[in-house]
Amino acid sequence: MSVFRTHVLLPVDEGTAQAGVFEVKRRLEKELQARKLQGEVKVLESGSVGIVGRGVILAVYPDRMVYFNIHEDDIPRIIDEHLLKGRVVAGLEHAPVAAMAAGTAGARVGLTREQRRIVLDKAWTVDPENINEVLATGGYKALERIFTEKSSPEAVIEEIKKSGLRGRGGAGFPTGMKWEFTRKAAGEDKYVICNADEGEPGTFKDRLILEGDPHKLIEAMTIAGYAIGASRGFVYIRGEYQLSIERLGKAIAQANEYGLLGKNILESGFSFELEIKKGAGAYVCGEETALIESLEGKRGNPRVKPPYPVTHGLWQKPTAVNNVETLANVPAIIANGAEWFRRIGTDKCPGTKVFTILGHVEYPGLVETDMGTPLREIIFGYGGGIRGGKKFKAALLGGAAGVFLSEKLLDVRMDFESLKENKAVLGSGAVLVMDEGTSIADMLFSIAKFFAHESCGQCAPCRIGTRQILNIAYRIRQGNGRAGDAETMLRLAETMFKSSLCPLGQSLIMPVRSALENFKEEFALAGGQAVKS
Amino acid sequence: MEAQALHIPDNEQYRELKRFIDASREVPGPLIQVLHRAQKIFGYLPLEVQHFVARELNVSLSRVFGVVTFYNFFRMDPIGDHIVNMCLGTACHVKGASEIIKALEKELGIQVGGTTADRFYTLSTARCFGACGLAPVLMLDEEVHGRLNPQKAVQILREMKARTAAAAREGVVKDKEEK
Repeated sequence: MSVFRTHVLLPVDEGTAQAGVFEVKRRLEKELQARKLQGEVKVLESGSVGIVGRGVILAVYPDRMVYFNIHEDDIPRIIDEHLLKGRVVAGLEHAPVAAMAAGTAGARVGLTREQRRIVLDKAWTVDPENINEVLATGGYKALERIFTEKSSPEAVIEEIKKSGLRGRGGAGFPTGMKWEFTRKAAGEDKYVICNADEGEPGTFKDRLILEGDPHKLIEAMTIAGYAIGASRGFVYIRGEYQLSIERLGKAIAQANEYGLLGKNILESGFSFELEIKKGAGAYVCGEETALIESLEGKRGNPRVKPPYPVTHGLWQKPTAVNNVETLANVPAIIANGAEWFRRIGTDKCPGTKVFTILGHVEYPGLVETDMGTPLREIIFGYGGGIRGGKKFKAALLGGAAGVFLSEKLLDVRMDFESLKENKAVLGSGAVLVMDEGTSIADMLFSIAKFFAHESCGQCAPCRIGTRQILNIAYRIRQGNGRAGDAETMLRLAETMFKSSLCPLGQSLIMPVRSALENFKEEFALAGGQAVKS
Repeated sequence: MEAQALHIPDNEQYRELKRFIDASREVPGPLIQVLHRAQKIFGYLPLEVQHFVARELNVSLSRVFGVVTFYNFFRMDPIGDHIVNMCLGTACHVKGASEIIKALEKELGIQVGGTTADRFYTLSTARCFGACGLAPVLMLDEEVHGRLNPQKAVQILREMKARTAAAAREGVVKDKEEK
């Protein structure tokens, strides 16, 4: 094995691909060859940094320096100045990795300011396709700790319970309790499922984990399997996430080869098989029982609950279904202890949350920061405020099944409890920002259309309700609203909330009610007499 | 009746699918994975293929049809050489995705879901791709194009078409030279 003195990392995602990361890579390899440096400097593709609009990003290790907006013609300078002489290239935009990866304060505004990265700590700073790099940077340490200290499954569950970790998929259910229910459920065969059917509009957090640090997920699922007594796990990934599927597939193969997965893991006697299942594109499959139906090869129609998957899940066996981000917290909790985790975030919602900041902001992208961070800080701190000097109008939190918040609620803290007090939800962590030029009636129409399309049609309230709400939202948007329209829409959504089978039908009330309550004037204006004032 | 109606041609495509099905028989609930493979082989899932899958997996045709029509990813109609998939997620919507759709429909002379007469483009829409930072985005085959406006989107399609035409001309010239 050759030893390289320097590694150059090129984070790859749609943004950097469009900006020409592959041209930069080719040029870099060519120039290195011309200078006979290919044996000293290794060029790698890594996961996304989560920053959008900064062009091609290039990181140099071990110097821990990141360059932005790199053009292929900058390459000779980077090689001659930085890679040969060890000097940061003046004139190119740069920042220390630490400011972005782990968090010593960098910029005050924008995505390069201080973050706290637990689930994304390695997401772009290691080669996700090389298990050795992952092992060298603390990967699989938690798994090793469990087996060397001979922790019992009950002790693992206890640690997760103590940490206060709650599901990051949207519902916020305590993870330790879910595991405990599954462990205690009767039956020999049990399963762990990772829900990676990330489909909430405006959300791409799970994808960064899958593409940037797939081994973390493997380690977490193995720990979950050990804790609940499962010997098989499935990762249900969206069919569109091709790169995630490839990278996770490679990672699984490597983990198997290294004895970190498969039979008799780390000589502990515990065996765990992990398999990827590719989804076929249905929003409703993000609901856990619909996902299970889909895994069984059927239409993704949600099941009637109870019984819950913890007792009757995949093939009617006890099953723990966890979101990618939730699982990605597990290794750090086991490695550092529940006490450490509890010190981060808020009392009732410990830990961090990954937020995607989108829409009319200066710096769209992704941040991981403490639970309970005020919304204002996310939009104006990380997001850099409203683009083009315009005024803030609304934020849609939590994807399509989310809530519209007005300026009055900008100081709300972003955690499950505080948002609930304000009739809002954290959901997937998507923060879609809208400026003064946005029509909320139009946004509500777009959401109604989405729900009408994605309703699986199994239960009447959702199948019919989504269609009726769409009709009303359409005519309000067109300026043809009728008297009583707003009330009808709200009543329909309330009926759906009370009587739909699954969270899809139950959650349309969130955007409908928040739009009507927080942007009353707009519906009066857009809908003629739609809202009685 | 049923058996006679189901005449499956004996060709390499079906043989490949049969091999995949045989290999996944031990896996419980293989239907969706089998359909994924079938669509990869045939490009779409006509009734004939669905009949074949139903027979081979010993499930009812209605079950197969139900699954095919449930999921976005499965298609029952042939598609063009290239798929244009416009994202209609909230982040893209707020940045004007519907204007782009209109421009694309006008440029191609088809509606969403349609295929151009020369079978070059199929125009489709999708829910969020998870590339929201670049909104509004479209996917042309496997490649994501972001920060679009109607002009840029149309330009991308025209360039693709021009490139293909140029490549075809070059191919013809080469063929002639070789002869």
